[in-house]
Amino acid sequence: MIRIPCPFCGERDHSEFTYGGDGTIVYPALDAPAKDWLNAVFQRENIRGVQTETWHHVSGCRMWLLVERDTMTHEIHSVRAAHGGMAQALEAEQ
Amino acid sequence: MSARRLPSGGRIDRTKTVQFQWDGGKLNGHPGDTLSSALMAGGEKVIGRSFKYHRPRGIMSAGVEESGAMVTVGEGAFRDPNVRASTLELFDGLKAYGQNAFPNVRFDLGAVTGLFSRFFSAGFYYKTFMGFPMFEWGSGTGMWMQYEKVIRRAAGMGSASRSPDPDSYEHGNTFCDVLIVGSGPAGLSAALIAAKSGLDVLLVEQDFELGGDLLNQSSEESERKRLDLIAQVSAAGARIMTRTTAFGLYDHGIAGLLERVTDHLANPDPDLPRQRFWTVRTKRTILATGALERHIAFGNNDRPGIMTVSAAGAYLNRYGILPGERIIVATNNDSAYGTAVELAAAGANVSLCDARPVIPEALADLARQNHITLRSGTAPLNAHGAKGVEDLEIARRDGSAWKQGEVEPCDLVLVSGGWSPVVNLLSHSGIRPVWDVENACFVPGEFDGPVHMAGSAAGIWSMENCETSGVAAATAVAKTFGKSVPDTKMPAPGGWDNPILPLYEVRVPGKKLKSFVDPQHDVTAEDVRLAHREGLVSVEHLKRFTTLGMANDQGKMGNIIGMALMAEALGKEIPDVGTTTFRPPYTPIALGALSGRGVGSHFKPLRRTPMHDWNLAHGGTLTDAGLWRRPWYFARAGETIKEAYVREAATVRSAVGLCDVTSLGKIAVQGPDATEFLNRIYTNPFAKLPIGKARYGIMLRDDGIVMDDGTTWRFSDTDYFMTTTTAHAGKVMVWLEELLQVRWPDLKVHVTSVSEQWAGCAVAGPKSRALLESCLADPGAVSNENCPFMGVIETMLSNGAPCRIARISFSGEMAFEVYVPSDFAPGMMDLLWGAAETLDGCLYGLEALGALRIEKGHVTGAELDGRVTIDDAGLGKMASDKKTYIGDALRKRPAMIAEGRPRLVGIFPKNREQTFNAGSILCKQDTVSGLGEGWITGVTYSPVFGHWIGLGYISGGHENWAGQTVVAADPVRKGNVEVEIVSPHMYDPSGERMYG
Repeated sequence: MIRIPCPFCGERDHSEFTYGGDGTIVYPALDAPAKDWLNAVFQRENIRGVQTETWHHVSGCRMWLLVERDTMTHEIHSVRAAHGGMAQALEAEQ
Repeated sequence: MSARRLPSGGRIDRTKTVQFQWDGGKLNGHPGDTLSSALMAGGEKVIGRSFKYHRPRGIMSAGVEESGAMVTVGEGAFRDPNVRASTLELFDGLKAYGQNAFPNVRFDLGAVTGLFSRFFSAGFYYKTFMGFPMFEWGSGTGMWMQYEKVIRRAAGMGSASRSPDPDSYEHGNTFCDVLIVGSGPAGLSAALIAAKSGLDVLLVEQDFELGGDLLNQSSEESERKRLDLIAQVSAAGARIMTRTTAFGLYDHGIAGLLERVTDHLANPDPDLPRQRFWTVRTKRTILATGALERHIAFGNNDRPGIMTVSAAGAYLNRYGILPGERIIVATNNDSAYGTAVELAAAGANVSLCDARPVIPEALADLARQNHITLRSGTAPLNAHGAKGVEDLEIARRDGSAWKQGEVEPCDLVLVSGGWSPVVNLLSHSGIRPVWDVENACFVPGEFDGPVHMAGSAAGIWSMENCETSGVAAATAVAKTFGKSVPDTKMPAPGGWDNPILPLYEVRVPGKKLKSFVDPQHDVTAEDVRLAHREGLVSVEHLKRFTTLGMANDQGKMGNIIGMALMAEALGKEIPDVGTTTFRPPYTPIALGALSGRGVGSHFKPLRRTPMHDWNLAHGGTLTDAGLWRRPWYFARAGETIKEAYVREAATVRSAVGLCDVTSLGKIAVQGPDATEFLNRIYTNPFAKLPIGKARYGIMLRDDGIVMDDGTTWRFSDTDYFMTTTTAHAGKVMVWLEELLQVRWPDLKVHVTSVSEQWAGCAVAGPKSRALLESCLADPGAVSNENCPFMGVIETMLSNGAPCRIARISFSGEMAFEVYVPSDFAPGMMDLLWGAAETLDGCLYGLEALGALRIEKGHVTGAELDGRVTIDDAGLGKMASDKKTYIGDALRKRPAMIAEGRPRLVGIFPKNREQTFNAGSILCKQDTVSGLGEGWITGVTYSPVFGHWIGLGYISGGHENWAGQTVVAADPVRKGNVEVEIVSPHMYDPSGERMYG
């Protein structure tokens, strides 16, 4: 069990969340060539160390989060809202 | 062995008697006893039988590492096998039984397997039976499974009850600043300092008494110290849990505890759970888990009457038992001397074999003063005696090896091969212990993190230093909380006056011995050497080949010896062979504790529709659909399920039927960019969907596979109502949230799940409009002009309930879906049903729904199974080529649009009298094997056709198979049926009935 500090709800067990995927993927435009989509959908780094990933607080606030997690130690380095506007608003509040 | 209870001493309450049963016979003990101590006091020697060879086994320890005295407790459904008698608290009425023996542990017919032990060496499963005999019919998995049955019956331990667990279990959650595991001198000292510095302390102890090794001391002074420490810790506000095992340590300071609530009670309160499974979220953890004394491998070292030195000390000082009269103590370190002296003082004849060639004068004096015969440079070689040790062959040092020495009669052999700190929990958290050459054990070493070690778990041997280490650990923890506490230096590991002499096995050249490394799994020293000869070099492989350390004790007793022998065979040092990784749980946990209350009807949540009670009151039989419980069929008197659904489906086609469709997912999609959003997620165009219309839509995943289908209704420029399949409602909601928050944050759209807010009823059949006209405040609202096919209206039922109606059809008939706010659901059903009865209508359930949609070739989750493309499902025309959408790019990959892909088809049995099964594999008539050409997703009896029909997928689609016979192969159920492949649109392909 790891604990994720949700910027909306506070620190919670990871069982409240579901794992999304690679948080660094920039999805191509819908009319982009298939090659770009292949890269975005299937090509993944298998990172040993800190990686950015998406998590969904599905049993909480239902917000998608960007989590920096160390794949070796499970240490969580940062958590912020995946929605850039919301992340900014939260940070401005603090 | 002739153990006897002493007239005084120990921590038992001699004024009270506890009656219990052992193998059907009545025995007595006292409060404070464990089953082990009570059996020992009662003169029982053979308590168990070994795993493979059925060798008699006695009590080997006084703690969790017990590998001999394994018993079954309780009867019937309460039967609990493989319980360690050494940790089982005695209570009135306890019923315990010997196990893995017939007729009993004292006389076991299974012991003949011991005569064939050379056939049962390590790896014998693989070598002896795989591919044996060497001719065709005898090899392979089939025969192996026959042998295995026989072997499994002979080998094994206790057997679990076959009945459901009648006990109840609870899950608990708690938080603390610091969790302290173990209440010995280190744990108590740590708890005191931590609590005094204002931290929220949780102290857990697996034993039923606090004190750890303080409980096993004879001096009054140490007892005073124990009571004083406990009183101070309580006064300082620490929370204390006894009978609670910290079984696992996980990431981010999570610890798992198992609290045994009623296991020790004769008549527990029936409202109490048997055990509680705690999840602790702690900031810091101090492990004061102690150390376990090691055995030494020598001949017949598993005989009843051979145990660790510290165990004998515990039985003497804690339980008031003199475990033997004529005792040989074999050691390689200083720790055994104190117990030897105490046993001698208690009246036993004690002789001491110290493996070290030179014994310091102080120790020699101590032995002499206490009339203990002391032999230096000697070690145990081979024990004799069938059901209890009778004499011991002693080995004498011969340079760096051993030679045969004298034989000495005895009734108890005590062994100390050194101590292994309990680093199991530390290992759970991913920290590997390091080998300490000086102390011949693995110690925690240097590491960072929220875990701290204290006491003998850190390899610290003296009582005084253990206390200091507890203080030092608590001080370090308090500092992390910003408390100002005086520094205390952590003592270094070790603390014996004289160095230990590493000794793991004693043998002399040319002498065959049965020397056990892991007695619980009958792994011998010879097995370890065999593994080496077979070419295994890693400890992890050794473990799997010999099963060393894979028994109930998870290697507490034998791991280090096994590694030492492997290192010797390889000519390496122990740390170079590796350490095995300890995994949770530290001691076994009942499966019931893991599931807690999540059993039976609480296994998963139950979702009832707002019409649940109404459906039941109107004769509905319900079935599970995911978490939902939905109407399955509404049988009339005397009807079978088939008769009921066939009637229901036929009634929908001829008149009208009502069906609870509340479980469909419903999502409000709202906002200025809602139209653009829908246009991106559905394959078909939504940009021009008029207000007041619904559209059937298909959404794909990024990779071009179909995700879900459903209808979306438009109420205004910015307000849409989306329905999804029941199965994918949650998944679609998560997907929409991800798209809006992660991928397209610029879109101004809000999605809200309203599945619980709206109750839905399908009204289907040629009389559906007539039915609705009689139920609406404004009957004209559902005229063909106001509500054409795919039309959507917001109106009011004649009982005043607001409603949303869409003219959409899953059955292929003229049909409407009517939604009301959930509270109005029973009222709506009363109203609709009253009208339906006058129109010869019916209620229908999932079974008829399935029949109707299969006749039409409409897809559900069974067809959209995460493997099919939109073209495979025959819905390719729904994919727009005038816009792009999610999955557009990747659905056009060559393999995804290949000609021969399986396509949706209808299926008729060739002989129309025959039935066939969903899940059957569709094969060419001459090749009924392998993956075949396709599969069947759903079947039904069709009232329209008067025979069974099905839907499925087959390569190339129905055009490819016109006029051919195909075999629907179902080898494990009903065999093969010849079928014909037809268009999936089996009934009313032009849709006249639906549009009319």
